[in-house]
Amino acid sequence: MSLNWALSLSYSINPDYTYMKSELTWQEFIITRAIKASGYSAIVFVALIFFFLLREGLPTLGEVSFSNLVSTRWYPIEDYFGIVPLITGSLIVTIGAALVAIPFGIGTAIYIAEIAPRWMREILKPLVELLGGLPSVVLGFLGILVFSPWLRVFLDLPTGLTALTGSLLLGGIAVPTVVSVAEDALDTVPRSYREGAWALGATKWQTIWRVTLPAARSGVLTGVMLGVGRAIGETMAVMMVTGNAPVLALSLGSLFSPVRTMTATIAAEMGEVASGSVHYHTLFFIGLVLFLISLAVNVAASAVVFRSKKRAERILS
Amino acid sequence: MNRHLSQRLGFFVLTLVALFTVTPIVAVIVYIFIQGSPAISWEFLTVAPRSGMREGGILPAIIGTFYLTIGTAAFSVPLGIAAAVYLSEYAADNRWTRLIRLAIINLAGIPSVVYGLFGLGLFVLFLNFGTSILSASLTLSIMTLPVIISTAEEALRAVPQAFRTVSISLGATRWQTVRRIVLPQALPGILTGVILGLERAAGETAPILFTGAAFFLPRLPGSVFDATMALPYHLFVISTQVPEMPIQIQYGTALVLLVFVLGMNLIATVIRSRARARRQW
Repeated sequence: MSLNWALSLSYSINPDYTYMKSELTWQEFIITRAIKASGYSAIVFVALIFFFLLREGLPTLGEVSFSNLVSTRWYPIEDYFGIVPLITGSLIVTIGAALVAIPFGIGTAIYIAEIAPRWMREILKPLVELLGGLPSVVLGFLGILVFSPWLRVFLDLPTGLTALTGSLLLGGIAVPTVVSVAEDALDTVPRSYREGAWALGATKWQTIWRVTLPAARSGVLTGVMLGVGRAIGETMAVMMVTGNAPVLALSLGSLFSPVRTMTATIAAEMGEVASGSVHYHTLFFIGLVLFLISLAVNVAASAVVFRSKKRAERILS
Repeated sequence: MNRHLSQRLGFFVLTLVALFTVTPIVAVIVYIFIQGSPAISWEFLTVAPRSGMREGGILPAIIGTFYLTIGTAAFSVPLGIAAAVYLSEYAADNRWTRLIRLAIINLAGIPSVVYGLFGLGLFVLFLNFGTSILSASLTLSIMTLPVIISTAEEALRAVPQAFRTVSISLGATRWQTVRRIVLPQALPGILTGVILGLERAAGETAPILFTGAAFFLPRLPGSVFDATMALPYHLFVISTQVPEMPIQIQYGTALVLLVFVLGMNLIATVIRSRARARRQW
């Protein structure tokens, strides 16, 4: 046992220590280099994506006047490139989706991690995973044919293709992300925390709310952020059910009228523009904005995780 | 209120929330099976669309999605597994490794339509591959990469350290240890991750919109430089762009796509559970 431990320690601290350098053949040398290069490929791809969005998107700032770009009118045929209605469209749909995904996602995660009997867990987990794998175009398709007509009749609206329809659908699409990350976080809370609370006479319910959930909060928060990130970036389902009208959405009432998101605008219009035109550059500029938003969300989400890890290390030491 | 009563009430509410979350999933799948199965026939699966896609089958779309999945696998599987091997077996825990991890997390979060823009900018226009299977596959592979890397790394890390220690003590080099000991042990886990990643790629529409998807092609693509029809894009087209499209063909197409995706999911689940049952550590 102790020998094993010592060996693994030397392996993990100084990997080269346990290998004889002379046995490094040229073959192994090349393979090692290739593996290392692959390891760094993720950084290269993020940089490449950023570079190409900049390259194709930044010319917009020279071609479209700033006042035009931040105006409230998106009508590219007549050179109106105001992206504000698209941003508010994305915002309202995403906020609506978050209002659905947060309670249902966290609730389901708590149920699966803390309450459900084992057999129920074995059924629920794969089902939620399955929802994560359903193509968004299939959900958008059902959204058009089944969900939005039903919502139109149910809420007595002139059209079923509204921000609300998109929000509800997107909420469903974001749920699996929230559930899986939040459930992982709840799972990693040490059992002794719960046992301590029970020993003090707390019920299971009190333990969940006062001990387990607070202990897992950074992980749950990460799940929520990643879910919201997923919702902002979702394209096909949103494009199919939100009606695609680029109008300014500022009040709660806009939930019940058509909107158009940034993602849907790119997807709907990029196929028809000439490459290199002002419209083309502006669509790339919108893509650049989306990229920066997702970058901010993901860096923030992983910062939450890193910070809480450091705190835990401080407590332990 | 009695605290045991509030517990019972709380459990009841959370059970309802969980059931309310999973019921629509089951409903969606069952509904598409019921509505779509009457459209499925030998002809539907083996001929090309006719009369402005309102008649005939969806063969070019099925083949196209198959090609795109294979093409995506060809790029993303070797690269993804190699990257996972680097992170799990070679990388030291330093600033650069943390940067790689941050990059992977960011790749996973980039909106799919932004991948489409990137593919258009780099592969279609800059490298001049045109709207083609090649451009679309490359775009999809970069999107799939973070899924494959993170699941493969998890599978590699699950292999007990003692396996490596023994191999090294017998005089094996690091690559020999990885190649003969660690990779074979982690294979089922890696395979599961690969299939789940490809499942996502097969169902995606936005990244292929402007990189390789064709509205309508009466024949099959002849080379990797041809555009292709694909099931998800075809479903999008016939449900939003073609007026008076027979509803049955739409549901039939949705069903075929769903079977394609769920089939891959099922294979992944079977591999995972069989590997778990057989695992000796």
